[in-house]
Parts: sequence; structure tokens; C-alpha cells
Amino acid sequence: MNEGEAMTAFFKRPKRYMPLRQREPKIDAPQGLMTKCPSCKYMHYTKQLNENHKVCDCGYHFPLSADERIRMLVDDQSFEKFAGPLVKENPLNFPDYEDKLEKDRERTGIEEAIVCGRATIDGLSVVVCVMDARFRMGSMGAYVGEAIASAVRTATKERLPVVLFTASGGARMQEGMVSLMQMANTSIALKQHDEAGLLYVAYLTHPTTGGVSASFAMLGDVNVAEPGALIGFAGRRIIEQTIREKLPDNFQTAEFLLEAGQLDAVVHREQMRSFLKKMIELHGGEVHHV
Amino acid sequence: MFDPIKEVNEQLGKLRETAETKGIDLSREMRHLEAKLHRLEKDIYGNIKPWDRVQLARNPKRPTTLDYIAQLFPDFIELHGDRHGYDDAAIIAGLATLDGTPVTIIGHQRGRNTKENMHRNFGMPHPEGYRKALRFMKQAEKFNRPVITFIDTKGAYPGKAAEERGQSEAIARNLFEMATLKVPIISIVIGEGGSGGALGIGVCDRLLMLENSTYSVISPEGAAALLWKDAKLAERAAETMKITAQDLLNLGIVDEVVTEVFGGAHIDVSLQSSLLKPVLAQHMMELRGRTQNELLQGRAAKYHQIGTIGS
Repeated sequence: MNEGEAMTAFFKRPKRYMPLRQREPKIDAPQGLMTKCPSCKYMHYTKQLNENHKVCDCGYHFPLSADERIRMLVDDQSFEKFAGPLVKENPLNFPDYEDKLEKDRERTGIEEAIVCGRATIDGLSVVVCVMDARFRMGSMGAYVGEAIASAVRTATKERLPVVLFTASGGARMQEGMVSLMQMANTSIALKQHDEAGLLYVAYLTHPTTGGVSASFAMLGDVNVAEPGALIGFAGRRIIEQTIREKLPDNFQTAEFLLEAGQLDAVVHREQMRSFLKKMIELHGGEVHHV
Repeated sequence: MFDPIKEVNEQLGKLRETAETKGIDLSREMRHLEAKLHRLEKDIYGNIKPWDRVQLARNPKRPTTLDYIAQLFPDFIELHGDRHGYDDAAIIAGLATLDGTPVTIIGHQRGRNTKENMHRNFGMPHPEGYRKALRFMKQAEKFNRPVITFIDTKGAYPGKAAEERGQSEAIARNLFEMATLKVPIISIVIGEGGSGGALGIGVCDRLLMLENSTYSVISPEGAAALLWKDAKLAERAAETMKITAQDLLNLGIVDEVVTEVFGGAHIDVSLQSSLLKPVLAQHMMELRGRTQNELLQGRAAKYHQIGTIGS
């Protein structure tokens, strides 16, 4: 093929269109300064949003890290973090799992998907456990399960109430059956706490699904959730495939479950602290002056 | 499906027939084929891969809870209902005796054909099934009767109504109550143990698994789709996820693996039951010798040691 033929072939070539990926509008301000609400698209000054418990005027509750939650909830300087449990890090020898854990540790600055400790809320002593969905989607493996079980055992020994914030996609796949057995491990610790006559409040935040929803998330003396949180046992897609019908938009939201009688209350983040304080007081919580 | 064992068996049958009808001595050929059959069986069943066990566990002919009950507990009386308006056929419950002592029996129940499966919802319970199971556990506790549960489900039913009526809560409640149920609990995985739906009747003092049964947090297909975005890698997932009886024994999750009949439990349910019975009786005897405190401490320790170091 000579040069002339090549030119002709070039012009004869059918037109091709390059797909252009749609970009987010360019109003995203410098990272950190502004935060956009994914629900109503309003641009917040991050500082203002933080002062507003990270809740948008439209009612959207931004996800919180475990540290943010703890800071918002407990008395200043009162949080004493429990040491992490001693667990097998990769019980199934699952390929590349340790790397994934390491990366999440670097990214989030926490050791695993939960932070537990002792604290006071307006002087009332309590054991607080907070899951962090940034770490492996908050999934539960041996660390998360044993951290909860061990924190609850401490609470039983010290006769303290437990408040547990859930945020989890369910079982940690890479830990297989070791993960599933944490449902039993945590439930046993909670049952012993229950038999000691102590209060347990499960506080469900977005998302709480799978094995976490089917164990400690539903075992509180009081089970409450944050507005709009996704809570459910099976995934929406699996249910739609199984029953071959489309599910309503609000399916498996906190509000949906409240209506179905599966929750005690939906509590706005602004009321979180006062609600928990009241609950602990009503169940004989005592002020321990340090 | 190509089945080399069946093929050699057929050849052997034909030879035998020829030898008999025509009066020819074919004993050498027959001995040769018999040896080949033996080798094949050893190759196929002796070298069985996790994925093969998944197929055996899912074999539609695999004995169900009621099949084992018929063999092990001839005096079984089935009892029904959750007392809140429902009787979930995916969970069966009742009373029987084991070596002369009363026991409560609870199990997932699959169907053995399409019609039965419609009735049994393929062995996938609704919340009411777990609440029915719980009623019989509490009854067992009242009368100081040990509980034996048969695990055989793909999972709790993932339906809209099941969610609305608290599938999560129903399973969680059972874990909570089984945690300190004051009687011995023995669970036996006889087919597929599917995640929370299996554990919902499976918090126990002793976990037994039939050799070719599986117990997993998610199906191999589901795991492959989730982890590697390709459901076709299910065979690999069956190995990586450690879901066979032997793998789970090694992980300290299962207490004893019950040997299966050569070729799988479906070959001979009566023989399979006679392999299961002494194992069950032995564990029951050991557990009955414990005080209530020992029993409950042992149960808590059993789940505590899974995944932890040096406890």
C-alpha cells in the first residue's frame, strides 16, 4: 500500500466516536475545605458541617469514623481505649489478605474495623464500641468479634452498660468460617452481660447488614438507628432476584424497620448523646467522679 | 454425566452375564475389571477435592434430616408451630429418645423432590422457622432434655417478608439464647451449612460434620463473585474459603468428622446412620457427664478460642 492509498483509506474510514466519560461538575472545592452532601448536593463548609454533627440540613447523616464518633459522644479526655485482642491475623492463609489489612491500616490510621474502650457520658461510666466502615467496609473477622466479646466481658466484670455502634457490611470474607463464628462469640458475651442484669444499647448506623445485623446489632435491650441507615440481613439485589420483584426505595432503611417493628427508635445524631445519657440513667447508671 | 465407575460396573455385569449364559470361564477378565473398579473408586473418592464435596453436599439424593431421623430415632414425634401464627416447614422439630433418654430434635428440612421443596421452601427458613426452633429449645431446657440439631440449608430465606418480620433479629435471638441454654447441644452438619441461616440453630457444645458436607459463610459461587468478580472461580473459592469438614476440623471449628459411606451418604442412608450413631452417642455421653457450669463455660470457651491466640 503506497502513501496515496493510505490517505484515501484514512478518509474513507467510517467515523468513530470516542466515548467521553461524564465528569463531576467542577465545583468541587479544594479537598477538605468544602464537603458536598451526596443526598441534596449542597456544598457545606467542612468546618460548619463538623460543628453540626456532620449532618446536612436535608437530614443526611455523613458517615463518621470511630474517632469522630467517640469525640462527639463521650466526655473530653474520658476515653480509655482497650488494647486490641490477640487474634490470628490470617486464619485461612487467604492470599493477599495481610496486604489489604496493611493498606487499610495506613489509610485509616486504625488497627482494625472497631475501636473499644471505657468512657463517661456526662459523668456516667460506660463501655463504648464503635465500628469504622472505612476499614474493610467494617466487616467482622476475628479481631472485630473478639474485640467486642472482650469489651463486653470487661463491662460485665465492672458492671457497666455497653453502647455499641454498628457500621458493617457483614462477615469478613477472607476469614470465612472464623468470621461466622464471631456471631456466636459476641452473642455469648452479650448474653452473659444480659444475665448480669446490665444494659446494652445497640446503635445501628449506615450500613449494618449480614452477619452483624443477625447477631449483636439486634441484641440490645434497646436497638436504635441513625436516620437513613441501611439495615438488613440479605442484600437488596439477592432479594430482588429471589422474589423477582422490585423493592421499594425505602426498603431496609432505619425508617422502614421502625415501621416494621424491628427497632425501638430512629435517633437523630443531634440527640445521640442526650438519648444515651437518659437511657443509662434510667437503667441505674452512676456518676463516677474522677 | 460420564461416570467411569458406572461404566466399569456395567462391563463387569455384562461379562458375568456372558459367563453364566454361555458357560465360558471369564474369571481372569472379571478379576481384571474388579481390580480396575477398585482402583477407580480409590482414585475418585480417595482424592476428592473440596469442589467435589460441594457437589456431593448438594446432591439432590443426599439424605435429609427426616431421613436420618427415621433411621436414628424410630420413636420420633414431630411437633409443630411457632405459636405466633406460623409453622415453618423448612424447620422441623420434635421429641425422641437416644439410648433411652429423651432428646429434642430440631433440623432444617429440604424437600426430596420439587413438590416437597415448594412446601419446604428448599430448606430455607423464614424468621418464624428460627422462632419455632427457639420454642423447642426453651422447652428442652425446661425439661432438662439435650438438644440435637441437624444443619442442612443453603441459608436463611432472603425475601422481602423475611426482612420485614426480622430475619436478622430471629437469628440473633437464637444465638443469644443458645449461648446459655442449660442443656447439652450437639449440632450435625449433614449437607450444606449456609452461613447465619445454619448458625441460627447451630450454637452448640459439639459440632459434628459428615465427611462430605460443607459449612461456609457464603457459597463458593458468591465468594468468587464478591472477591474476584467472577462466579466461575467457585472451584478455587471452595478451596480457599476452607469449607470442608476436614478443613474446619483443622481450624478448630468442628469437633469431629463423621466418616461417610464410600461414594457419599446417599449411597446407603441406613449404613450412614449406623456410622453417625456411635459418634453422636459418645459425645452425648461426655456432655451429660458435665455440670451445668462446666457445660456453659465450655461452650463459651469453644467459641472464644476460634480465631484467638493463646487462649
